[in-house]
This record gives sequence, C-alpha cells and structure tokens, in this order.
Amino acid sequence: MSQSISIPTLAEMIQEGKKPEVLFWVGCAGSFDDRAKKITKAFVKLLHQASVSFAVLGTEESCTGDPAKRSGNEFLFQMQAMANIEVLNGYEVQKIVTTCPHCFNTLKNEYPSLGGNYEVVHHTQFLKGLLEEGRLKVEGGQFKGKRITFHDPCYLGRANNEYEAPRSLLYKLEAEIVEMKNCKQRGLCCGAGGAQMFKEPEKGNKDINIERTEQALDKKPNIIATGCPFCNTMMTDGIKNKEKEASVQVMDVAELIAQAKDI
Amino acid sequence: MTLLPNLIFAILFFTGIAVFAKNVKKIIRNIRLGISENRSDQSPLRLKQMLRVALGQSKMVSRPIAGALHIVVYIGFIIINIELLEIIVDGFLGTHRVFAPFLGTFYNVLIASFEILALLVIVAVFFFWTRRNIIKIKRFFNPEMKGWPKTDANLILYIEVVLMSLFLTMNASDFWLQTKEVSNYSLAGSFPVSQFITPLFDGLSVVSVIAIERTTWWLHILGILFFLNYLYYSKHLHIILAFPNTYFANLQSKGQLSNLDAVTAEVKLMMDPSVDPYANSPEDQEIVKFGACDVVDLSWIQLLNAYTCTECGRCTSECPANQTGKVLSPRKIMMDTRDRLEEVGKNIDTNKGSFVPDGKQLLNDYITQEELWACTSCNACVEACPIGIDPLSIIIDMRRYLVMEQSSAPSELNNMMSNIENNGAPWPFSPMDRLNWKNEL
Repeated sequence: MSQSISIPTLAEMIQEGKKPEVLFWVGCAGSFDDRAKKITKAFVKLLHQASVSFAVLGTEESCTGDPAKRSGNEFLFQMQAMANIEVLNGYEVQKIVTTCPHCFNTLKNEYPSLGGNYEVVHHTQFLKGLLEEGRLKVEGGQFKGKRITFHDPCYLGRANNEYEAPRSLLYKLEAEIVEMKNCKQRGLCCGAGGAQMFKEPEKGNKDINIERTEQALDKKPNIIATGCPFCNTMMTDGIKNKEKEASVQVMDVAELIAQAKDI
Repeated sequence: MTLLPNLIFAILFFTGIAVFAKNVKKIIRNIRLGISENRSDQSPLRLKQMLRVALGQSKMVSRPIAGALHIVVYIGFIIINIELLEIIVDGFLGTHRVFAPFLGTFYNVLIASFEILALLVIVAVFFFWTRRNIIKIKRFFNPEMKGWPKTDANLILYIEVVLMSLFLTMNASDFWLQTKEVSNYSLAGSFPVSQFITPLFDGLSVVSVIAIERTTWWLHILGILFFLNYLYYSKHLHIILAFPNTYFANLQSKGQLSNLDAVTAEVKLMMDPSVDPYANSPEDQEIVKFGACDVVDLSWIQLLNAYTCTECGRCTSECPANQTGKVLSPRKIMMDTRDRLEEVGKNIDTNKGSFVPDGKQLLNDYITQEELWACTSCNACVEACPIGIDPLSIIIDMRRYLVMEQSSAPSELNNMMSNIENNGAPWPFSPMDRLNWKNEL
C-alpha cells in the first residue's frame, strides 16, 4: 500500500486537541512478536481504510497482567492493572479495541472492579460493526473455493461467549467455512492459555497444539483462521510440526479481510 | 387391628430422616468452613439459572445419549416420588392406597405412568451400567475412578434397579390380590407394566401373595430410606445439591477471575507515595493468606461444588491437558477437595468441634503442583459441567498460594513475570520498542 498510514499515539492526539473514536490496545504479542505484528499491521490498515479515527498508547502501553494473574501472581497483575488504569483514565479513554483475546478479557472483565471502566471490544467484533455500518466492505472472490476452518480462542469464545463475530467476517469471504470436531463452546484450547505460552508443557503424551492442529487438518482446510496471536503461534507451530506449511496457512481473521481487500 | 406396624413404620421413617438430617447438618457445617463469598445478588437470574440447568437439565443434552438416559432416570425419580407420599401416609395410618378413593380415574393414570417410568428407569439404568462395565467409556476409567468411586457408581445403579423392581413386584402382587377380590385390596390403579408379572403368582395361595405384597411394600420404603442415607457416603448428593449449586453458580463471564481484595489493598498502599508504610504496625492486622493450600482457604461456593460433583467426568474428558496425557483431571480436583473436606470435618468431629492440625493439606497431599501447572485456564471443564461446578477457580487459587506464599512457580514463569515487572511485557523487549512496528508499515 503506497498511501502512508499515520499511527498517532493518544498523547499526540490529545495534545492536538483531538479525541479518537477508539483506542487500539496493541498488546505485547502484537507489539513485539514478528508474526503477531503482521496481524497488528493488517488491522490498522483496515482501520485506516474504514476511516476510523484511532490511537495507540505506544510506549505508555504495558502488559495487562493476564499471564501473571493466570500464573497466580495477583500482585503483579494488580500492579500492572492499576498502572494501566491510571494511564487510561488519565486520557479519559472510553472505548478500546484489541486484537488479543487475553487483553480483551482482562480489560473488559477484570479492570472494572479496580477502577477501569471501558467499552472493550475484540477486533473481530469491531470489524463486524464496521461492515454492518457500511464503513468497510469486503468483496469476496479472492478466497472463493478455499476451505477455511476457524479455531475459537478460549478467551473470546468460552470466556466471553463470542462465537459469531469472527465467523460472520469469514462468511463475507465467500469461502467454504468448515467447522472442526470441537468448535464454539466445545472448542479445544490451542495450549497457550493460563500462561502455558511461556513455559514448557507438563509431561504428557502429546502437545495440546498438535492435538488441535490434527483436529484442524482433519477438515482438510487451506486456511486455519483464528483471532488470537497466541493461538496463531501455537497453530503455526503445529502446522510446521506436521510439515504442512506449504499447503495450510494460519491466519488471523483481520489478515484475511485485509488480504481480501488487497490492502 | 394392631397398631404395631404403624409404630414400626413411624420409628423407621423418623430414624431414617433423622440420620439423614444429621449428615446434612454436617455437610452444611463443612461447607461453611469455606471463606464467605456473596452470591445473594441477582436472585431472579439465579432462580432462572437453577430452573434451566438443574430442573430443566439444559446442559445434560450436550451429550445426547447420556443426556437422554439421564433425563429418563431423573423424571422417573421425581415422578415416582409422588407415589412415595402415598406410601408414607399408608405407613402412618395403616391404610392401603389411601389416595385412590380421592383421585378416582386420575389415580389410575398416575399409577400407570409410575409403572411406565419405572420400566424406563430400569432400561436406562441397564444402558448406564453397560456404558460403565461393557463399553467401558473412557471417562469412567481415569485413575481417580479406581476403587470406591467405581463401586459407588455401580451400587447406585443396582439400588435403582432393586427399588424399581420392588415397586413393580409390589404393584403386581397388589393387582393379583385385587382381581381375586381379597378384602382390603379393592380395585385401584392401572398396571400396564406389572400386569405382566401378575401371572407368575397364579398357583400361589392368597396368604403367600399377601406376604409378597407386604414384603415388597416394606422393602421398597426401607430401600428408599436406605438410599436417602446412602447419598452422603456417595457421589450421588447431586440429586439435592445440583439445585443450590446452580442457583449460586457464577453469573459473570467465565473468563473473569476474581480480583483479590487483600492484594488490592496492598497494591494501593504500595502505589500511593503519600502513605506512611509504618503507619499501621503489622501486629494490628490479621495476616491474610494469599490463595489456597487447604480447603478452609477456598470459598464456600467451591466447597459446595465439591460436594455436588457426581464424578461424571465430562470436565475431564473435555480438558485439553487431560486429553494429551497430562496428570491434570478437573474431576480429580473436585474429588480431592471433597475428600479433604470430609477429612477435615471428621477431624473436627473427633476433636469436639475444633480442628486439630493433622500435618496434611489439600496442596501436595491431595493435589500435586504438576496438576496445577498443567492447566491452560481454557474453561472447557467449567463449560462441560452440567451443574455449574468450577474446577478452574480452585486451580487458580492454589496457583496463587504457590506463587504468592511460596514463590514456587516453574522457573520459566518466573522469567515471564520478571519480564513483566521490568519491561511491561512477558518477553525481554524494551518498552521503548513497543511502537517499532509502526515503521514497518
């Protein structure tokens, strides 16, 4: 894309006396992980395309504390939460969108009782809204004839009962959407949640991401779609383990929409 | 007419109820050992949840075969218990089928439906038994199911078959006596199932059949009283506790973990520069334990959960860690919590009302750290439970104890946490590089 996209920080915007429609909470994975950064970039392209006025916190953003909390370190979680809430409340943030279901869950459910009350949406919900308002259009075609299966991130699905937003976006691609043996409420975890992402798995006879990848491959998909940077990592590793990189791609829903629009 | 049978009935009945009540009191006492947690909010929503999930069995049917079989036994249990009312009144008054004259033809409809349900229950129980003992469905064979849990499950099935058979034999002999116009056995009831048993009595004397009728009547009510008291020693308490458990179950998003208030107070103190850290001397304050290492550190909801668990294993069969061969089994977490709570309760009973330390705790003696660290917090177990049990919350509370009281997280997690402390990210990247992706657009 030739046209340059400006990524203002909230500090810059407020200094100019402007207020964004939404704060994009990028998350640690989206900021630092090479694979997840592609999701971040795809999503900001879509925001730009839909003329959404958004800002990021940039260096003022810090881990929500989710992996600390789920490891049992409530102290560290609450320190992170209170510091973040101070920043967010300082800027009078009202609406937050994030590409990470873990950030989404924590900001939405665990910050309010600590004084952080915001409208928090997952990027698939936000994109669905843009499509419904007609601010973003997806012309199918590019993915016609492709088989896509959606892996439900636990923290979007079971944790927050959102199963339809990502699927409604996928249907716009006019691809063939196939459901895995375990989907929606019974979706199998990718193996990264509860801070497992940051440790070796406990002893067992298989890794969880391999089990999940096998469930996905049973459906003979061209693309495994997901809505979480950690699920993305786990499924990508699973596909590499099965030596299927050449035939199966793991992509975020935002990347699929951006690619369909050829941006 | 002697009043002896009425008297014996009254004694047995009240003894049965009294022993059960004593155990119920014990259960309530044990549940109250847990930390208080307010679940008295949103009562209309809670009532709705209870009616839908416990009474309406809405989550049972996510597994259609087990769900359908369970609903048959459940409806059978509830409806046939209406018959119990009549049996109790008859027992006290020395009457026979006391409701019949009042209900007329509706009585026939009732008895007929009880019979059909009794037969269906026997059929369903047969399938249940087959699933456990012939097909050997995997979730009934995890390590925690060895020994008593397996025997217990089968015993319940046998008791149900015995009770239903006694009920049908009782009706069959009654029907036989009715057709022979024996006094006291006036025509009452309709017997679509037991009429096929009735011919077996042909050739017997009236006295013998009366003996069969009386014996089965007594065994049936005694069996029910026995079963009632068996509940406490069995996983089968769910037939009662499913109702309070679904009523008090979590109404928030499953992803929301509680924020520990004790931690909030300390963090606020730490982050407020104006606070004098020496203002409150530590002696003034009660020392709060962070997280849980034993059952008394858990909330009463979690303890109620433990007594409610009926060991069906749906949680464990949906658990990604368990599916991939890890030692974690959410069902075992609940069973261990219940078993430890019973142990603590017995300790209190034998020590005249106060707990004497026994050198054991839930952590390590029952639940290992390996189990706790295998959890992905994916909520599959919570979603799977048909009666609103939350094993995940116990796992998280025990992790909290391990990390905040014992600093014994796996070393990789300690690295992750120190990264968050130092750089505000779980990886060792500089916070100043957070927006670098912007230059790659």
